[in-house]
Amino acid sequence: MAIHIIDRRLNPGGKSLENRQRFLRRAKSLVQGAVKKTSQERDIKDVLEGGEVTIPLDGMHEPRFRREGGTRDMVLPGNKKFIEGDYLQRSGQGSAKDSGPGEGDSEDAFRFVLSRDEFVDLFLDDLELPDLAKRKIAQTESEGIQRAGYTTSGSPANISVSRTVRLALARRIALKRPRKEEIEELEAAIAACTDEDERAELVAELERLKAKSKRIPFIDPLDIRYRRFEMVPKPVAQAVMFCLMDVSGSMSEHMKDLAKRFYMLLYVFLKRRYKHVEIVFIRHTDRAEEVDEQTFFYGPASGGTLVSSALQAMHEIVRERFNPADWNIYAAQASDGDNSYSDGELTGLLLTDKILPVCQFFAYLEVGESGGSAFDLSDSSLWTLYERLRNSGAPLSMRKVSERSEIFPVFHDLFQRRETAQEKAAP
Amino acid sequence: MTERLFEGADWDFRTLQRITDACEEVALKDLGLDVYPNQIEVITAEQMLDAYSSVGMPLFYKHWSFGKHFAFHEASYRKGLMGLAYEIVINSSPCISYLMEENTATMQTLVIAHAAFGHNHFFKNNYLFKQWTDADGILDYLDFAKNYVMQCEERYGRAEVERTLDAAHALMSHGIDRYPGKKKLDLRAEEKRAGRRRQHEEEVFNDLWRTVPAGKSKSRSALSIERRRKLLGLPQENLLYFLEKSAPRLAPWQRELLRIVRHIAQYFYPQSQTKVMNEGTATYVHYRIMTQLHKQGRITDGNFLEFLGSHTNVVFQPEFDDPRFSGFNPYALGFAVMQDIERIVTRPEDEDREWFPDIAGKNDVMGVLRDVWANYRDESFIGQFLSPRLMRHFRMFHLHDDPEERAGIRVDAIHDERGFRRVRRELARQHDVGYIDANIEVVDVDLSGDRRLILHHHVIKGAQLNETDAKRVLQHLADLWTYDVALIEVDANDKVLREYVVSPRPIPAAVA
Repeated sequence: MAIHIIDRRLNPGGKSLENRQRFLRRAKSLVQGAVKKTSQERDIKDVLEGGEVTIPLDGMHEPRFRREGGTRDMVLPGNKKFIEGDYLQRSGQGSAKDSGPGEGDSEDAFRFVLSRDEFVDLFLDDLELPDLAKRKIAQTESEGIQRAGYTTSGSPANISVSRTVRLALARRIALKRPRKEEIEELEAAIAACTDEDERAELVAELERLKAKSKRIPFIDPLDIRYRRFEMVPKPVAQAVMFCLMDVSGSMSEHMKDLAKRFYMLLYVFLKRRYKHVEIVFIRHTDRAEEVDEQTFFYGPASGGTLVSSALQAMHEIVRERFNPADWNIYAAQASDGDNSYSDGELTGLLLTDKILPVCQFFAYLEVGESGGSAFDLSDSSLWTLYERLRNSGAPLSMRKVSERSEIFPVFHDLFQRRETAQEKAAP
Repeated sequence: MTERLFEGADWDFRTLQRITDACEEVALKDLGLDVYPNQIEVITAEQMLDAYSSVGMPLFYKHWSFGKHFAFHEASYRKGLMGLAYEIVINSSPCISYLMEENTATMQTLVIAHAAFGHNHFFKNNYLFKQWTDADGILDYLDFAKNYVMQCEERYGRAEVERTLDAAHALMSHGIDRYPGKKKLDLRAEEKRAGRRRQHEEEVFNDLWRTVPAGKSKSRSALSIERRRKLLGLPQENLLYFLEKSAPRLAPWQRELLRIVRHIAQYFYPQSQTKVMNEGTATYVHYRIMTQLHKQGRITDGNFLEFLGSHTNVVFQPEFDDPRFSGFNPYALGFAVMQDIERIVTRPEDEDREWFPDIAGKNDVMGVLRDVWANYRDESFIGQFLSPRLMRHFRMFHLHDDPEERAGIRVDAIHDERGFRRVRRELARQHDVGYIDANIEVVDVDLSGDRRLILHHHVIKGAQLNETDAKRVLQHLADLWTYDVALIEVDANDKVLREYVVSPRPIPAAVA
């Protein structure tokens, strides 16, 4: 008997990927809820990691007729001391426990693992970048080649065999090139022919056909076609993200941590929409400097607070490196709200005249100490200033955050998909 | 001395070939098995998980519920809550066995003996499988089903197809013919039939017919209830079949989907009735083959010990008060009974002669076993071959739990002279599908009246349907039926215990 042994390990994996996607699509709202809930408890880094979520099984239930209750009989192994006619107490445990594997609502919550992409997708799914289409920013990048029909000349590597053969066939039919079978038939007829005259006639015919088939080649250079490719310039949208942060002494580690979380979320989000995302970190005390990420979050600094210095720095960087015609510019500023009193007017001017006109989006995040006292106190100087600007029509988004778990809701709130493009929500 | 099949734990494809040849020799010559041609496929853990989610079949139509099962299995596998099976075997011809790549050479031998010869023989020879399944056609049919579902999705939209399949899945356990019908299932013909019907529809399609004014329909005289029921083939316990044939407003493709789900349910029907026997057979066969290979010196003592280790795990039966207990282990029970039959046939005691006069001392172990494998299912197998000795060995006892009884749960019988027959009868009954599934049938529908479909659930021993689930299933049923559906639970004296009435949900506007 023949035995086939087949190595299936090399078969492409992910055979049930499609079923999985169907499942996720169906469970979308449930999973999304679960993702939001999970992400509140998580560190930002872990948000990117995907992971396990639990959803209620309710909508995903596959019902079956099943029975319950009634009198039950069962045979069990391992009798140690019972004899016929004994009575066992019914209190929970022991012999009275359910033994049917299909019984009960054992899986009323359902845990499973989401991949990183699935997780981020679901997390950001109902978010939208404001004003995405405002500019038709495009850096042309000769990205890839694209098939573009056929051509009569080209490199031999690009010969399109099927097209060539098809044309050859059409030409042969059109010119009535004798087929091989016809010639064979004729040859057979000649071999079988006894009449001399008829034979001569047939031979002449054969000669004629052979000559014709020589004249009309099987494949003519005329038939040959090459696949044509052309370079397609693909517009690539790109974005730059400015992270502005006050690092003066009044910013505690906790506040920086909140800011960092927000920036990372923004980065992940932008990364999904744009192919190139650059990040510029600007920290400021009473003067601003562009720094790398490490220094931005962990570098020590001290001094007073002049918000205008950061805006000025940003403005310069934009002018030098990021032409607003080519870049989508996003900015997020985090601060505890302190600003030198005399700086207010300059800050307002910079913002309305220089920064906001070039920005797609400007968010101000006021971070507070854990405990949420920031909400009870009177508004900070920066908050008051920005609020005034916004009330006079500046496209500013601003929120207050004091707890780690608020970051996600706030972020979510800022980027929620809205009916109208203009964002006018109250804080 | 014969050459060793392998040394250590490593194997390659030549080793697998040698192992299979050696197993085959023992299986066919010494045990006299009769098997389908074998096809052995080596797969990875991920592919094994894939196979799990599509009920072990190599190809299956797409549905979200399989994705759900996959996610569930994957999560518990990753956490280490669940080990994967060493193999999966498919009742098809050729008989396909999947082996996990991380098995050691010993495990591969065990698995090949178990699946490719044990299960394979059982599939080919057991009367239930012969009657209900079509091993030659199943893979082609699944391929057809997959493509058909895909085409339907393209034509009628995924949501619509999903709705129909959801409903069909909910009724799957009631889409089975329990009694042999007129003809054997021929899946290949089934596939051709569907193709032909589509072709016919296309050929005779003529839009003109739509415009021809219809004559006055013949007014049907009121049929008597008896006549009506007869015309519809009622009572009918195969709900899917009934819907496929009689649901008034289903589109042809929906009927075909119901038919597919029904056929697949039917294909698995024998497996649910023969778990103990099927696993018992396979375990017995692998045990015999491995022992024989060891005796011939083709497996080293070390490898044989490894085998015994996993074999012992497989046939482990925890006792009822053990936290690991979850009912009888079909491997343990099946293997024990078969070994016991071997003992009865070769070395009977007086008790065996009294209980099993037909086989005691017959000496032809394989002859008797092959006959048992061919002609029994779990219920009859346990009912006939569970010996007093085994009941004593397992220390079986029978509990009767009547909620009315204040004193508690009664021990009805134990493994003693008075109890043997009662324990055995009760255990056999536990393995009878007739008792496991709820007995629900369509009893009446007035097609010319309000078209309400009436079902009865015959309640046995007071076990009624779970209300939430029953409502959900009935909702699906009503959606397919498109008129009201009533389910009445009646006890043995026709007393009505509960009544459900469900109306169909409005069909969401069809998406073009």
